[in-house]
Amino acid sequence: MKALLVCEYREGTLLDSTYELLAFADRLGAERALVLIGSDAALPAGTGTLYLADAAKYGEYNPDVHKRIVLEAVARSGADCVVFVHSSYGWDLAPRVAAVLRAGQVSEIVGIVDGGYEVGCCNAKMRRTVAPKTAKSVLTIQAGAFGATGIPAGAPQVERIDVADGATGVEFVGYEPAEAKGVDLTRAEVIVSAGRGVGKKENVPVIEGLARALGGELGASRPVVDAGWVEHSHQVGTTGQTVSPKLYVACGISGAIQHLAGMKKSDFIVAINKDKDAPIGEVADVLVVADVMQFVPAFTAKLQ
Amino acid sequence: MKILVCVKQVPDMESRFRPDGGGTWFEESDLAFRMNEYDEYAVEQAVQLKEQLGGEPEVTVLSIGPDRVNEAIKKALAMGCDRGVHIQDPAPQGKDPWQIASVIATFAGGEGFDLIFTGMQSQDRGSAQVGVLVAELLGFACATTLVGFAFADGVVTATRELEGGIKGVARLRLPAVVTCQLGLNIPRYPTLPNIMKAKKKEILGVAASGLLQEEPVAATARFYPPARKGGGVVLEGEVGSLVEQLYGILKEKTTVLR
Ligand SMILES: Cc1cc2nc3c(=O)[nH]c(=O)nc-3n(C[C@H](O)[C@H](O)[C@H](O)COP(=O)(O)OP(=O)(O)OC[C@H]3O[C@@H](n4cnc5c(N)ncnc54)[C@H](O)[C@@H]3O)c2cc1C
Repeated sequence: MKALLVCEYREGTLLDSTYELLAFADRLGAERALVLIGSDAALPAGTGTLYLADAAKYGEYNPDVHKRIVLEAVARSGADCVVFVHSSYGWDLAPRVAAVLRAGQVSEIVGIVDGGYEVGCCNAKMRRTVAPKTAKSVLTIQAGAFGATGIPAGAPQVERIDVADGATGVEFVGYEPAEAKGVDLTRAEVIVSAGRGVGKKENVPVIEGLARALGGELGASRPVVDAGWVEHSHQVGTTGQTVSPKLYVACGISGAIQHLAGMKKSDFIVAINKDKDAPIGEVADVLVVADVMQFVPAFTAKLQ
Repeated sequence: MKILVCVKQVPDMESRFRPDGGGTWFEESDLAFRMNEYDEYAVEQAVQLKEQLGGEPEVTVLSIGPDRVNEAIKKALAMGCDRGVHIQDPAPQGKDPWQIASVIATFAGGEGFDLIFTGMQSQDRGSAQVGVLVAELLGFACATTLVGFAFADGVVTATRELEGGIKGVARLRLPAVVTCQLGLNIPRYPTLPNIMKAKKKEILGVAASGLLQEEPVAATARFYPPARKGGGVVLEGEVGSLVEQLYGILKEKTTVLR
C-alpha cells in the first residue's frame, strides 16, 4: 500500500500535524509520499518523495487550487490512499479530492481495528469501523490519535508540481487573528468548567462559586460560550484554550472530542454528569453521576 | 434567488445507544429524534438571508429519511423556510455519505438552486462530507465550517473557523454551498403562530430510490461502544454521600485541598 500524506502549511509555516500523518502511515505499514503546498524554506524532515507546489505562487488556501495539486500528486505517486489530518484544512479538502477520484472516504479515524478504520460517532459515545470499497481511498485522521513520530531523520526528495490555472468560485480574502485573550487558563492550577448541562446562564455563578472555593478559574465548553453565558476566553478545547491544570472539574460536559482535546492532559479530572455513559467518563479519574445543580452547590458548601 | 437547506434528523445525544440487529448502526426504538444541531444554524442563516433580501428568495428545506423526519422539516418550516421536501428513505443509514450527497445533488440539480446551506457535520455519523460532496457533484463553489456569513451583490463572504481561534475569510460566487458551524448565529425558536402557519406549507414527498444513481464507496462493518479505559472511579448515589466521597478522593489524590 502506498499512502500520499497531505501536509499542512499556513502563512509560511509547516504545521506540526505533518508528523502525525507520518505516524499514521507507519501504523498502516504503508510506503509513503508527501505533498505540500508550501516552500523550500519549511520542508518536513524524513525521507521519501515530497511533491512540492509553491505556496507563494498559489496563494493562501484556495480549495479548488489545492484540490488540483493534490490530484496531480495522486497521479504522479500512484498512491492507493490519500491521508489528511481531520482539521479545518483536511475536512474541507478531503471530500473534494474523494469526489474527483470517486474514492471512498473515511473521516476522523481514531484507530485501526481488524483491518478496518475505527471512527467515533454519536458525539463520541460510540464507535464504528468503516471500510472503503474503492481501489483508492481518502482518509482523515483525528488530530492527536496516532501521536507523532518525532522529527525523523533525513530529507525528502523534492519533486515540483505546477498546475495550470483553472476555474474557481472561491477567492481567499485573509485571516482574522484569534481574539486577544481575557483569562489565561493555561496557568491555572484548578479549572472548573461549565457545560451545556448547567442548563442556563443564571446557573453559571454556581459553577463559578465552586471554582472560587477551589481557588481556581472558570472554564467553559463551546455551547456555553456560543450562547453568550460565558465570555470566549474561558473556552477550553480545539477552538479555545489547551489547558493542563492539577485539577479539572467538568460540570455538565459530554466530552466531545473537541473539548477533550483541550483538557485531557489535566493531572486529575473530575466529571459531574447525570449520564453515566457520557464520553467524558473516558478521561475522567472520577465520574460523579449526579445533577450538577444539586451536586455542585452541596460540594461548594462542604469546601467552605 | 432559490435557496436550499439540507437538514438531518438525529437522536438526542444524551440517549443510550445500542447496536441494532445488523450490528452496524444504533437501534432506533426508544430514541427521541431532533434536528441535527449544526443544521439548525443552517436553517437560521437561510431564513436570515431571506429576511435580508426582503423575503424574495424561496427557501426549500430538504431531509432524507423515514416518515419521522417530517418533524425536522416542520420545525424548519416553522422557523421560516417556505417549502419542504421529504426524500423518503426508510433506512438512510445504509447509504454512505457519497450516496446521500448524490441523492441531494440529483434533486438539487433539477431545481436550479443558487445557494445551499448544510451543517458542517451530523452529530451521529460525523463524517463532515455531505455538504462538500454536494458542491463537488454540482460544480458549486464551497466553504466549510462557517462562523460568519454575509451576502451582498451576489457574493457570499464566508468566515471559516480554523484552529486556535484563527479565522479564514473567503468570497464565494454563486452558485455555492456553505456548511455551518456551531455559533454561526442564534437559531430562533419557532413561535406558536409560525408553527400554525407552517402546517399549511407544502411538504413534497419524493422517493429516494428515484434519485439514487450511485453505488456505495464505503461501508460500516461494525457499531459498538468504546472500550472503557478503566481506572476511573464512578460514584453514584445520594448527593450527600457523593460529596463526602469526592472530598475524600481529592484530599487523598490531589494537592488542591489544603
Ligand atoms: C470544529 C469544531 C470545533 C469545536 N471546538 C470546541 C471547543 O474548543 N470546545 C468545546 O467545548 N467544544 C468544541 N466543539 C463542540 C463540541 O463538538 C461539542 O459540541 C461541545 O463540546 C459540547 O459541549 P457540552 O459538553 O457542554 O454540551 P453537550 O454535548 O450538550 O453535553 C451536555 C452534557 O451535560 C449533561 N447534563 C445535562 N443536564 C445535566 C444536569 N442537570 N446535570 C449533570 N449533567 C447534565 C449531559 O448528560 C451531557 O453529557 C467544536 C466542534 C467542532 C465541530
